[in-house]
Amino acid sequence: MSTVRRSCDHRTRMTARRSQFGSLSVPDLLRSTDDRVVAGVCGGLGAQLGIDPMVIRLAMVVLTLANGVGLATYCVAWVLLPEAGPDAPLAPSSPTRRRTTERAAGVGLVTLGTVLLIRQFGLLLPGELVWSVSVCAVGFSIVWTRTSGVNRMRMRDLALGTSVDGARATRSLIFRAVVGGSLLIIGLALLFASGGVLSAVGQLGLAMLATGVGVGLLLGPWIVRLWRDLDTERRHRIRSEERSEMAAHLHDSVLQTLTLIQRHADAPGRARMLARRQERELRAWLFDDRAPVDGAAASLVAALEQIVTEVEDQHEVAVDLVLVGDAPVDRSIDSFVSALREATNNAARHSGAPEVSLYVEVEPERITAFVRDRGAGFDPRAVEPGRLGISGSIVGRMQRLGGKAEVHSTVGEGTEVALEIPRANGTATS
Amino acid sequence: MNTRPTVFLVDDHQMFRSGVRAELGELVEVVGEAGDVESAVEGIRSTAPQVVLLDVHLPGGGGKAVIETLKPELPELVFLALSVSDAAEDVIAVIRAGARGYVTKTISSPELAVAVQRVRDGDAVFSPRLAGFVLDAFAGDAVPDVRDPELDQLSPREREVMRLIARGYTYKELARRLDLSVKTVETHVSAVLRKLQLSSRHELTRWATDRRLI
Repeated sequence: MSTVRRSCDHRTRMTARRSQFGSLSVPDLLRSTDDRVVAGVCGGLGAQLGIDPMVIRLAMVVLTLANGVGLATYCVAWVLLPEAGPDAPLAPSSPTRRRTTERAAGVGLVTLGTVLLIRQFGLLLPGELVWSVSVCAVGFSIVWTRTSGVNRMRMRDLALGTSVDGARATRSLIFRAVVGGSLLIIGLALLFASGGVLSAVGQLGLAMLATGVGVGLLLGPWIVRLWRDLDTERRHRIRSEERSEMAAHLHDSVLQTLTLIQRHADAPGRARMLARRQERELRAWLFDDRAPVDGAAASLVAALEQIVTEVEDQHEVAVDLVLVGDAPVDRSIDSFVSALREATNNAARHSGAPEVSLYVEVEPERITAFVRDRGAGFDPRAVEPGRLGISGSIVGRMQRLGGKAEVHSTVGEGTEVALEIPRANGTATS
Repeated sequence: MNTRPTVFLVDDHQMFRSGVRAELGELVEVVGEAGDVESAVEGIRSTAPQVVLLDVHLPGGGGKAVIETLKPELPELVFLALSVSDAAEDVIAVIRAGARGYVTKTISSPELAVAVQRVRDGDAVFSPRLAGFVLDAFAGDAVPDVRDPELDQLSPREREVMRLIARGYTYKELARRLDLSVKTVETHVSAVLRKLQLSSRHELTRWATDRRLI
């Protein structure tokens, strides 16, 4: 068995945070990845709030005419809201029909309210324009929502040029060119035909808008596609970098060890130790975030793993570590760890057993450790009273620390060394 | 029961399967093997073994999936989890799904045969590591709002037994040290297994969240 380590869960899971207001819950706002015309803002909002996205799009268009409020809101949302992904899924709520109508009506009223408010400030564009465009938009949305899915796809491909079919691509190009071009011409015409300062402000806004929409229609799909390609390429690059890093590591460590093992196949003890060491290293590399083991260990876990590594490397003996609890290392725990190291080394060196079990338990008032082997054992009583003996120094050390040590051994059956050190208020007394 | 236990091997590492088959051949009767969840479920249904030696990491949902699929159909069937990894999340997950024991692949063949025999006879097999996890998870005796004291705490005797197992004692050595019969030791271990499987309490959950298992 290899050493104990704190297993970190590398997956960080983002859960949709829900703030509870009585029975209402306000979900995170996200952008949709499926239902998107430009950036999925309306799709996402619609899905999260339980309103038909088409209604939201309609509201955006109308508000855009109200001095660009809708457009501004859309852009802000595009920048701020994250995209829905596997980590943060869109909550698929399926509200009842009556609720959708209610919510749609709510959106409509909010839109109307905003338009009237802006009109109060005298910033509204010519009234006829707003209402006629609104009517067109309503008509368009009705047509859109009443078409079947297939036809809708076809119309969307036509407008956005996302279809790859040759003939259809040309048709969509022509369509987009005509619409975009005419909007562009309208915009420019308005720009040059405008007279007077005050009306020019409103006219200018409209002109810029038309120009912007025209340019967007013409170039939009390309820009979006380019952006997405860049993103995919970046992801591919990151993945291949990771893969070559992993390959390099495996080559340097595992491949080398496997070659060594083949060469030492006749010395099973050596081969086993090579394999065990490599196993430990590979496990640490795969699962641990902690800093490498050189230098002073900050916690008991790290200190114990250091012991295991040292003893295993020096003596070709397997050390099985089981640890319950953890504690920060202070001076007396450090001395405790040294005594433990000595005991483990003794067991590895003198017992003749292939395995040593190391068990450490951290309790609130004390830390106990047991070093056990099933080796030759010895008779504690046979040690002359004057001589220290193998375990004498350990017993003395522990007593100086304010703890205690006991050695139980039976000839032919093995040895167990029990160490204990008290803790006071979470730290050991020295 | 002194007959050889019938065993079904499930492990996605083919080399390992043939190794186990060769080494255990005399001591147990290997009635079948499989490398993923689907073929394991099919194979077990058709060969009806007593014990399933089950790897934790398998394509198709892992060892957990095999246990969860077959437990309702074959309640008598016993699972012994076997894995390279002794990470807490693997061990605990498969025990709570219903495995009666967990051993790591570095175990020697005689010990593996003994473990198979033991689970076949209805007892639980705990590796020292698993015993350590149990002690860690059920640490702290005075919990104020314990819902089910039976399930959510270890009795002092059980704690003693777990501690000795964690220290590497075999059941026989344990029995001798605590002056009990091996049967009593097995009863205690089974009781602890049941607690680990059924305790849904926040001690276990807190332990798991501390280790970011949940």
